[in-house]
Amino acid sequence: MNGSKPKKVYFYGTCLVDLFFPDAGMAGIQLLRAAGVEVVFPQGQTCCGQPAYNCGYWEEARDVARTQVALFPEDLPVILPSGSCAGMMKVHYPELFHGQPDEAQVRAFSGRVYELTQFLVQVLGVKLTDLGEPVKVTWHSSCHAVRDLGLKGEPQSLIGQLANVELAPLARTHECCGFGGTFSVRQPEISGAMSCDKAADAEATGASVLLSTDGGCLMNVNGTLEAKGSALKVQHIAEFLWERTHAR
Amino acid sequence: MHAELEVHFRDSAAKALLDPQLRANFRRAMDGLMAKRKAQFPDPADLQDLRDLSTAIRSRSLLNLPDLLEQFEANCTKNGIRVHWAETCEEANELILGILQSKGAKTLVKGKSMVSEEMHLNAFLEQHGIEALESDLGEYIIQLDGETPSHIIMPAIHKNKDQIARQFSQKIKDAKYTEDVDELTAMARKVLRQKFLDADAGLSGVNFAVAETGTLCLVENEGNGRMSTHVPPLHIAVMGLEKVVARLEDVAPLYAILTRSATGQAVSTYFNLITGPRGTGEKDGPQDVHLVILDNGRSRIYADPQLRATLRCIRCGACMNHCPVYTRVGGHAYEAVYPGPIGKILTPQMEGVGVRHDLIHGSSLCGACGEVCPVEIPIPEILVRLRREATHTDAGSQVAGKGTGRTRTEDWAWRLWAGLLKRPRLYRLAAWFATRFGKALPAGAPLIQNWTRTRTKPVPARRSLQERMRSEAQSGGTRHD
Amino acid sequence: MTDATTSSAASSSARAAILSRLRAAGGGGPLPPLDVTVLERRQWPARERMERLRKGMEAVHTEFLEATPGNWTAVARAFCDREGLKNLLYGPGSEAGARLAADWAADRGAGQGAGGTQLMPYDRPVEAFKDELFNGVDAGFTGTVGGVAETGGLLLMPDAAEPRLMSLVPPIHLALLRASTIQDSFWSAVKALGWGRRLPPNALMISGPSKTADIEQTLAYGVHGPKRLIVILVDDLELA
Repeated sequence: MNGSKPKKVYFYGTCLVDLFFPDAGMAGIQLLRAAGVEVVFPQGQTCCGQPAYNCGYWEEARDVARTQVALFPEDLPVILPSGSCAGMMKVHYPELFHGQPDEAQVRAFSGRVYELTQFLVQVLGVKLTDLGEPVKVTWHSSCHAVRDLGLKGEPQSLIGQLANVELAPLARTHECCGFGGTFSVRQPEISGAMSCDKAADAEATGASVLLSTDGGCLMNVNGTLEAKGSALKVQHIAEFLWERTHAR
Repeated sequence: MHAELEVHFRDSAAKALLDPQLRANFRRAMDGLMAKRKAQFPDPADLQDLRDLSTAIRSRSLLNLPDLLEQFEANCTKNGIRVHWAETCEEANELILGILQSKGAKTLVKGKSMVSEEMHLNAFLEQHGIEALESDLGEYIIQLDGETPSHIIMPAIHKNKDQIARQFSQKIKDAKYTEDVDELTAMARKVLRQKFLDADAGLSGVNFAVAETGTLCLVENEGNGRMSTHVPPLHIAVMGLEKVVARLEDVAPLYAILTRSATGQAVSTYFNLITGPRGTGEKDGPQDVHLVILDNGRSRIYADPQLRATLRCIRCGACMNHCPVYTRVGGHAYEAVYPGPIGKILTPQMEGVGVRHDLIHGSSLCGACGEVCPVEIPIPEILVRLRREATHTDAGSQVAGKGTGRTRTEDWAWRLWAGLLKRPRLYRLAAWFATRFGKALPAGAPLIQNWTRTRTKPVPARRSLQERMRSEAQSGGTRHD
Repeated sequence: MTDATTSSAASSSARAAILSRLRAAGGGGPLPPLDVTVLERRQWPARERMERLRKGMEAVHTEFLEATPGNWTAVARAFCDREGLKNLLYGPGSEAGARLAADWAADRGAGQGAGGTQLMPYDRPVEAFKDELFNGVDAGFTGTVGGVAETGGLLLMPDAAEPRLMSLVPPIHLALLRASTIQDSFWSAVKALGWGRRLPPNALMISGPSKTADIEQTLAYGVHGPKRLIVILVDDLELA
C-alpha cells in the first residue's frame, strides 16, 4: 500500500495563504510531513493567475501562470491549501493555455495538482487521532473546490475522523459566500448581502468555528463576522486539523 | 465610450437589496423550488444520465440546425402551418401585425411566450390598436401592473399574495378584496374565459419544434396555452430558431428534464402537440396556424463554437432558481428580458458585451447554474469568455460589441498586476511591505472601501508563508515540533 | 393584403439570410451519440404500470373511478347523477361515445334516472355553440389512446369524432382509460403509438386538472381548463 504513495511533493502556498493565512500553509506542510511525505516549497511563488483569467485578461494571466508552472519542474504532486486555486491550476490552466506553444507542458503540470484534503484522503489515506477538547464546528464548502475541482466530501471525512469534533450542518451549504474575487468589489452590495446571509447561517449552527478549504471564503466570512461583532471564529481546515492532531 | 458601460445592474440590484419584502419573496420561492427539484432527482447517477442524453440531443440539434430548420419548415407547410422568418424583433412584430390585420383581428390572447417578451410584442400591437392580453395567470398579474416578468417560468414570483389581492381588488371590475389563492384564481378565470371566448386570435410560444413531423410542442399547467391555441380562429406561434429537434422521441427526455428542473414537477398538466390547423371534419381548432421563426442575434451566437452552447437552453429557469445573486436581487434588477445566469450570458450576446458589461461581471462564478443546468451549458465558462470579449478584440470573434467594455483603468490595473506577480523578487518586496505596513492601509481607500462596507479590513499576517519557509530552510530544520 | 405580401417577401429574404449564416458557421464535429438506456430503465409490469399511473395522477388531484369493460358506462352515469350534472358533452362519432350513448338510452328505456344528466352531442362546428360550450356545459367525456405510467398521464388524439375542446372547456373532464393501453413512459408511448412518424393536427398528454402556482407558489386547481379530471379506469388486464 505504502509503496504507491508518493514520498515527496511540492507545496504551493497561494497568494492569500501566503499573506493572510501563513499558519494554514505551515499546518498543511506539517500534515503532509506527518504523513511521511517530504515537502518541497519552491520560493518565487506569487499567484495562480485566477483574477486576471476570470476577468478576461488572459495574456496577463498566462504571463503569471508561466512563472509559477516553471517552479515545479519535477514530476511530483503539487499540493495547494485551496480548492479555488487548485481548480484554476488543474481545470482552467489547460483552457487558458489551449493552443499555446507550451500547452503540453502546462497540461502535464495540471495533471499533478491536488487540493490538500483531496491529497490527504485520496492519495495518502491519512488516519487522524483527535487530541483536542470537544468542540462544535461547521463546514463551508467553497464553490470552486466542489464545482470546479470536484471535491466530494474529503474535508468532511477528515473532520469525521476527529472523535471530539461535532460537525454541525450549515444551512444552504452549497450556496456561495459572496466573495467571487473581483465580484466582491465590482458588486459590493450583492456580495455583501451574500456574505451577511452566509455569516447568519453559520452563526445559526451554534458552532464555535467555521472551517473551509479556501482563504478567500475565510477572509470574506471572517470580515463579515467581525464587522457584526460575532463570537464565531473562522479557521482554515489545515490549521484546524494540525492543531487537533498534534501536541504542541 | 465609457458612458455606454452604464447599465445600472449594480444600482438596481442595490435598490432591490434594500427591499425586504422582495428579498423575502424570492428567498422563500427559490428555497422551495430548489427543494422541489431535488426531490425529483433522488438518484444522482440517473440524473446525470438524463442530463447527458438531453445535452447530446440539444447538441445534435444545433449541429444539424440549418437542415433541421428546413425539414421542419417543409413539414409544417405540408401540415398547413404557414411559416415565416424574421431576422429581428422589428421584423417579427411586423409579420405578426400583418397576419392579424389580414384577418381583421383586433384582440389577441396570449399564452406564455418569452420570445414575445423579447420582441416587446404587446406594446407594439397596442400602438397599432390591437389588444394583446396575457392569459398565463402570472403574466396576467404583471400585465395588470404594467410590469415585465421577473422569472422566465414564474413571471409574478416577485409578488406575494397580499400584493396580488390588493391589485385584483383595485383593477378587476367588481372584485372584492381577498387573500384566498383559490378565490383570486377564480377571479382571473372568470375574466379570462370570456377573453378566450371572444378573442380574434391566440398567440403562443413553442417549447420544442419537431422537424420530422412538423410539430409545435407546448408545455403548460394552466390550460391557457390550449385555450389560446385552440379556441380562437387564428393561432400564431413564435419561436427562437434554436428550438428545433429532430424527432419527437428526442423531445421525451427533454420534456422530462424540463419540468423536473423548472418547477420540480415530474410532468406538467398538459403537453400539447400541435401539428396543424383544424383538419378535415374537425369541429374545433384554429382555421389558420402561423409560425414566426426569430433570429434576433441567435445565428451570430451560433457562429461561435463555444458560445453556441448558449443555444442549447430549454428555458427551464433552474439556473435562476439556484443562483445566489438572482435569489437576492430578483429578476427586474437585470433590466433584461431574460434574467439570472442564462440572461447574463444571453443578453450581452444579443445586445452587446460592452453595453451589458456589468451583467457579465454580476456573478461570483460560483458555478451553481452550470451544476444544475439540464443541458450542461457551461454558464461560468461562458461568462469568463464574455468578459474576455468585452475587453478584447480577438481576431475571428463575432461577438456583438466585442472590445467595447475596455477601459484604460482596467487595462493598467491588470498590466500592473501581472508586472508584479510575474516578478517574484518584486512580489517578495511587496509582500514584505504588505506584512509590515498592510495594517496601515486606510479602510476608505478605493476598492478597499467596497470591501469594508460590510466587512472588517483584512490584515496581512506579520510574516508571509514564503518568509517563514525561507527562515526554516536557512535554519536547516524541517520540523518545528 | 399589401401587408401580407410585403411581409412574405421580407420573410423569405430573412429566411435566406438566416440559413446562409447558419450554414456558414458550419456543423463542426461529429454528432454526439445518444445513449437511451436511462429511458429504457423505466419499465414496469402491466399491473404496476396501472398503479404508478394512478399514484402519479392522484398526486396532482386527478380522481379515479374503477370500472370493468362491462360496467364503465354505468360507472360514468352513476358519477354524473351523484354529482348532479345537468349535462355531459360527448362525441357521438367515437367508439366510446357511441357506446356511452347506447347504454345511456338503454338505461333510460329501463326506466332509470329519467330526470338525470342529459347527454349532449358535440356534433357541430364550435362556432355554432361556442357560448353554450363555455357557459352551458357541466362536463365533457372523451376516450384516450393510452396512458403513461412513469409520471402519470393520459394520451389523447382529438379528432372529428372527439373534438379538441371537449377535454378543455367544460369544468369537469371525464376520461375513459383502459389499463391495457398504459405505456411505461412518454418516450415508449411515442414509439408505441407511432407519434414520431405521423401526428394528427392535435395530440396531447394530460396529467390532471388545470392548475397554477403563480400566486406565491400556492397550488390552485381549475385556473383556465377543467377544475376536475375524472378517470374511468377500466381494468382489462386479465383479459389482455
